[in-house]
Amino acid sequence: MKNPNMIGDRHAVNMRDRTTHLPRSVLLKRLWKYLGRQRMLIIVAILLSITSSVLSLYGPKLSGIAINAIDLKSGSVDLDTVIHCVWLMAVCYLFSAGLTYFLNFVMIRLSRRVSKQMRHDIFENMSRLPVRFFDSYQTGDLISIITYDVDTVNQSLSTDLIQILNSIVTVIVSMFMMLSIAPKLVLIFLVMIPITFFVTKWITGIVRPLFRNRSAKLGKLNGFVEEMLSGQKTIRAYGREDVVQEAFDEKNQDAVNAYIKAEANGSISGPVINSINNISLALVCIFGSLLFLAGQIGLGDLSSFVQYSRKFSGPINEFANIISELQSAFAASERVFFLIDAEPETADSLDAEVLTNVYGDVQLDHVDFSYTPEKQIIKDFSMHAKPGSLTAIVGPTGAGKTTIINLLMRFYDVDSGAILIDGKDIRSVTRDSLRKAYTMVLQDTWLFHGTIYENIAYGKPDATLEDVIRVCKAAHIHGYISRLPDGYNTVLTDNGTSISKGQKQLLTIARAMLLDAQMLILDEATSNVDTRTEQKIQAAMRKLMEGKTCFVIAHRLSTIRSADNILVMRDGNIVEQGSHDALMSANGFYKKLYQSQFDVIT
Amino acid sequence: MKKIYPYIKPFIGYILLTLLIKVAASMADLIIPYLMESILSVGAEAGNASKVYLYGSLMALCAILGLCFNVLANRMSAVSAGKITKSIRHDLFKKTMHFSARQMDAVTVSSAESRLTSDTYNINQILARVQRIGIRAPILLVGGIAMMLIIDAGLALIPIALLPIIALITYFVTKHSIPLYTKQQTILDRVVRTVQENITGVRVIKALSKTEHEKERFNVVNSELNDVGEKAGTITAITMPASSLVLNLGLTIVVILGAIRVRGGHTEPSVIVAFLQYFTLILNAMMGVTRIFVMWSKAEASAQRVAEVLQLPEDQPLQDVENIEHSPAHIEFKDVTFSYTGCGENISHLSFRLEKGQTLGILGSTGSGKSTILNLLMRLYDVNDGQILLNGQDIRSIEPAQLTSKFGIVFQNDFIAEGDIAHNIRFFRDIPDEKLTIAAQHAQAESILAEKEAGLSSAVAIRGNNLSGGQKQRLLIARALAGDPEILVLDDASSALDYQTDALLRKALRENYRNTTTVLVAQRVSSLRHADLILVLSDGQVIGCGTHNDLMDSCEEYRIIAHTQMGAEGVQV
Repeated sequence: MKNPNMIGDRHAVNMRDRTTHLPRSVLLKRLWKYLGRQRMLIIVAILLSITSSVLSLYGPKLSGIAINAIDLKSGSVDLDTVIHCVWLMAVCYLFSAGLTYFLNFVMIRLSRRVSKQMRHDIFENMSRLPVRFFDSYQTGDLISIITYDVDTVNQSLSTDLIQILNSIVTVIVSMFMMLSIAPKLVLIFLVMIPITFFVTKWITGIVRPLFRNRSAKLGKLNGFVEEMLSGQKTIRAYGREDVVQEAFDEKNQDAVNAYIKAEANGSISGPVINSINNISLALVCIFGSLLFLAGQIGLGDLSSFVQYSRKFSGPINEFANIISELQSAFAASERVFFLIDAEPETADSLDAEVLTNVYGDVQLDHVDFSYTPEKQIIKDFSMHAKPGSLTAIVGPTGAGKTTIINLLMRFYDVDSGAILIDGKDIRSVTRDSLRKAYTMVLQDTWLFHGTIYENIAYGKPDATLEDVIRVCKAAHIHGYISRLPDGYNTVLTDNGTSISKGQKQLLTIARAMLLDAQMLILDEATSNVDTRTEQKIQAAMRKLMEGKTCFVIAHRLSTIRSADNILVMRDGNIVEQGSHDALMSANGFYKKLYQSQFDVIT
Repeated sequence: MKKIYPYIKPFIGYILLTLLIKVAASMADLIIPYLMESILSVGAEAGNASKVYLYGSLMALCAILGLCFNVLANRMSAVSAGKITKSIRHDLFKKTMHFSARQMDAVTVSSAESRLTSDTYNINQILARVQRIGIRAPILLVGGIAMMLIIDAGLALIPIALLPIIALITYFVTKHSIPLYTKQQTILDRVVRTVQENITGVRVIKALSKTEHEKERFNVVNSELNDVGEKAGTITAITMPASSLVLNLGLTIVVILGAIRVRGGHTEPSVIVAFLQYFTLILNAMMGVTRIFVMWSKAEASAQRVAEVLQLPEDQPLQDVENIEHSPAHIEFKDVTFSYTGCGENISHLSFRLEKGQTLGILGSTGSGKSTILNLLMRLYDVNDGQILLNGQDIRSIEPAQLTSKFGIVFQNDFIAEGDIAHNIRFFRDIPDEKLTIAAQHAQAESILAEKEAGLSSAVAIRGNNLSGGQKQRLLIARALAGDPEILVLDDASSALDYQTDALLRKALRENYRNTTTVLVAQRVSSLRHADLILVLSDGQVIGCGTHNDLMDSCEEYRIIAHTQMGAEGVQV
């Protein structure tokens, strides 16, 4: 979960409202780029599908020869020819089956590789995105793009592509054959195909809002489920399961109603197109027969024209299905490309220096900053932290203390002014080296699915178990860890019930203790640690801070009385700055804040 | 899917009717090719124009009938699929909401969520599709075989003998592919987790320059996902070509045997021609059946996951524990021992008594078992040993609804719902607005109402993102107070409040909730020094027990904490 103070009144943004609509042609071009990387596989797939079509056409032809060998009139049978044909048929079918399997095999590889590449590209870009991006989009939305949307694109590529390919071949061949047999009869299709097209379009027009409504209602239901599950413990503790159930049932009912309405109307298009096709077949038969009766075409021609027109209408029948699948694939790929295209952090400038041998002299020079243009957060702020000094940032919850840290670490860039480290503008050094110059412990502890050892050694992969144990002892968490059945190899999972927030903070403090940077940021690092433990780790914390330029956010004023400089924040702004004594004698907001701690009303 | 059959059962009549209509629709569709042949043979060949018109209009009629039946059946299939899904979702949600804490730990919230959302969606899809396209293929299959039996029962034995082989192939393939699909789902879970961790930990990862490491980590799971998907797909892809190969080889046998029989005068050559037609028909039908089978087996995995949850036994049933005589104590812990994992005790041999209206304060270091006591008191977990009594009654023998109605609770980082302030304080209970306002006053949350223009109906964003930590806590306390609880449980519920507000809150509680027994966990001595009883915990053991003054004398740990927090002057009461 993100710190709510970061952006103030920000409301989570729904991804679906934000994606820009890319034109179809651009989408196709970009999808083709993904396919193009697997050019070999595609060529193989096309060759395979053509070969297997030819083979499957050849089989019936062979069987025809075999049947001709069984003389219809006399009843005499040329068994040798029959057996010969049957052998050929068997070989033919064997090859056809082999080729079909091979084609499937290739297509699965193709589509899997494309989706792997897409996921890779998404993740690659995500790791370049600025923190601002993640502060403004819901995690669940981003995840669903990298899983469901990529999957949708993949499904469509693997099945629809082959189907389209086959359809095109079939349609072209049968159209060609039909034209060569009886061009006049083809006129029927010239009338019926536009009708099919317009009817489809008309139905889609009606159905689209229904489907949109269906997705919206389902999204609402799923959102409700997510929210209520996160509050399940509280709901149960208050015994409100039944009432929540009623609210759920209502949303469930809405979702189902919307589903039935959309489905019931959406499923019309298939049968409609099918029957239009059937009617055109009937017309072909009628007019064909009339032409035959008028002596314009032969019976054999008519028979094969009908055969081909059946083949021709097959793909048209599937047309609506493929279109709707493609549409959802397009929508999904739009979201995928949105994430791949999202603007990354501005790259380090070409002549960016690598920050080395940091002394830890930090200067903020006339800094202006705002998260959103409407609300200026920091205005013309200057300060200077000398190497080894301690700067404390205080203020009530929600005052925007984390903003300073966002700027120091360059998670956000200042609007104007500059931040200097050892006299160098932080925009002129590489982000990597800048961030490595800091050690940071945040209030929102972040641990990942892995062993305790891996979590603590995260910032220093070459740390030995001894190193890790040493810092855990200093952070007073060693005792707890060694009581766990698997000790340092205990895997931290998201449902780890017995690990409290305070213990998580101690783990992240231990992680920080392994690092050796010249500057230190502590953002309410011990807010969930009890006083006694906090006291016990004081010595270690002091050692951690020793000689470093420190920026400390804390709400316990006693711990920051010794700071060299105190920044007092209120409603996002820095209202006062100075030492404890100076601020107390200034008789301002800091004094009020400080006194409220000891002013115990009884 | 078998496991969710009880949900399908109430609709079975309706579904059968749908299928019947679908049969009629398919019939109409199937007649069309025959009518077409008839036009050509009876009409055109015989030179009969009126027959041409007749059969032509019959074709159009069939097309229109097919359209009507299909639309009707599709509509009905949407209705039954929707309603069945609705009832599955209903029960699943109900079950999940009633999960005991242990069950939720085992299933995990994210997994419960995906079962409720994506798995039920999969089931919905298959229910609709099977009804919509599932009936045509079996009809063709059965019809085709029936026709062959009628024409030449001897030759028909060949395709009939082949069907079990195809069934065997399908069985074999499914048996090997389903575990792979399940595995794919687990790896997908890991992909999700990796992405999630990278989003929530973006600051830490960037700060520690671990981007490359994380990319590597993602590439590993991404490749694994790719590999298992390829493997599953490669196996599944066997079914279609293998089945058609078997049938086609059968066809060649039919041709040879047919030729021999024709030579022996046992059958007509036209029979072979007919058989060839029907074989193609059966082949197409088989493909249809296989496609449904594949869809079915995917839904099967989802049905399995849904059923797993639905079949979980009721945890923590009411127990017939012997109750004590009427005890004067409101809350009593008797020699309570508890462990989350069964390894090491999180609470050991804890005993205390609290009378009505008294306040218990719990202080202790991180991980010492403070919240555990609250979890046990509310029976979120059951004790391993000992007893917890309310008014002399073992909590394991109290109806859950009755038990929860006694409590007003604020957990650490408790749940804030999206909506408005009133919704969050009311929390699904039947409480009038005036009472909400009073509770907000007592919880010192009045200033929030005053700040936000819309008062009680001011909007609250997802997870309370538009509220500060202190505002959230006061809102949560108001929620706990609004129900006039018999017992108020506050787990570090005022940590984000400044000392002044915290003190005002305590004053309001003392004045307005005299009869409410309060259990509060805090890290500040000032928050609980007025408690009637204070427990100081360390590693699940009580190391100090008594009033503030008692503890200042007897408990060194407590004394140190008090001195650090309040300075010498704050200690005297």
